[in-house]
Amino acid sequence: MNNEWPLWEIFIRSKTGLDHKHVGSLHAVDAAMAIENARDVYTRRMEGVSIWAVESKYIHASNPDDAGELYDPANDKVYRHPTFYELPIELKHM
Amino acid sequence: MTSIHQLNYVLQLADNALILGHRISEWTGHGPILEQDIAITNTALDHLGQARSLYQYAAELYNQLPAEIQEEVFSSPAFLNHKQPVTEDTLAYLRDAWDFRNVLLVEQDNGDWAYTIARSFFYDNYSVLLYTALRDSKDATIAAVAEKSLKEALYHRRWSSEWVIRLGDGTGESKDRMQEAIQARWEYTGELFEISDADKVMLEAGTGADLAGIRSQWLTQVAEVLGEATLEMPSADAWMQTGGKAGKHSEHLGYILAEMQYMQRAYPGMEW
Repeated sequence: MNNEWPLWEIFIRSKTGLDHKHVGSLHAVDAAMAIENARDVYTRRMEGVSIWAVESKYIHASNPDDAGELYDPANDKVYRHPTFYELPIELKHM
Repeated sequence: MTSIHQLNYVLQLADNALILGHRISEWTGHGPILEQDIAITNTALDHLGQARSLYQYAAELYNQLPAEIQEEVFSSPAFLNHKQPVTEDTLAYLRDAWDFRNVLLVEQDNGDWAYTIARSFFYDNYSVLLYTALRDSKDATIAAVAEKSLKEALYHRRWSSEWVIRLGDGTGESKDRMQEAIQARWEYTGELFEISDADKVMLEAGTGADLAGIRSQWLTQVAEVLGEATLEMPSADAWMQTGGKAGKHSEHLGYILAEMQYMQRAYPGMEW
């Protein structure tokens, strides 16, 4: 029998208006405990205002072995970047 | 005007916070899993923070007392031999067990996780009600400490209540052990509501909390959680231990102080 508590991935929003960022993972028996553990482990120095907890088994990841076919083809497609437009001088923050 | 009752009242609060904080801190590095180790250590630090604010205030009150009254407050030799103005450290490190006003509950040993949870569960339910009431204290410092401490106490109560439910409504073994701990620590809960001279005078002055009122709310809250945990609630009329508020402590406090005070007793005034 596996006595380990399930693993959870923790996402913290550092302040209202920003997005939740992955900060790490921890063990907990259920979602309520995962959020409390995250509060104690990841927000004790005022790091956050909101917590998401997702059980790690529900995270689906791409396979690193597929990196070649997945990402390399984008390498020579510079035209996908919007860098061929001439911007008016007034636009300073693009 | 500062009175000996006001000082004793603040010390009751401060000593409860310090001794429970110290007890809980003994779990640091020994928690059942890393996450709960950090959780309980955070809680210990919350209690210590509350104790510091209260001791700073108690020191201020003590220093304002006339010399002849000061002599009546404590009888610990190291404290009396200390000639400088009293600080938070003097109060924490130079008093012997009989000069501490904490309730017996908080000095009880950690036992297993269930015993630790039971002790915190009883205390946290009490401190939430107490700090809620003390927010309206006419004593501005007590009110301010209560305001700040209440937020921490609410989280402590949530944490310990959830553990009571988790263990009570858990496996056969966790239920047995949680029930045993609730039963064993129950006899120390009566003292929380015992009315000392300080409690009486401060309530009349509008600066203290009404412990009789708090007791009935406490019983209701505790019954609710124990019900959800499918645990049996001991009788409210059971025989209760008493003595802590009057300085008559169990053997445990001596051991706690020996460890906690050793450094300041051996190397007076030491800082690091």
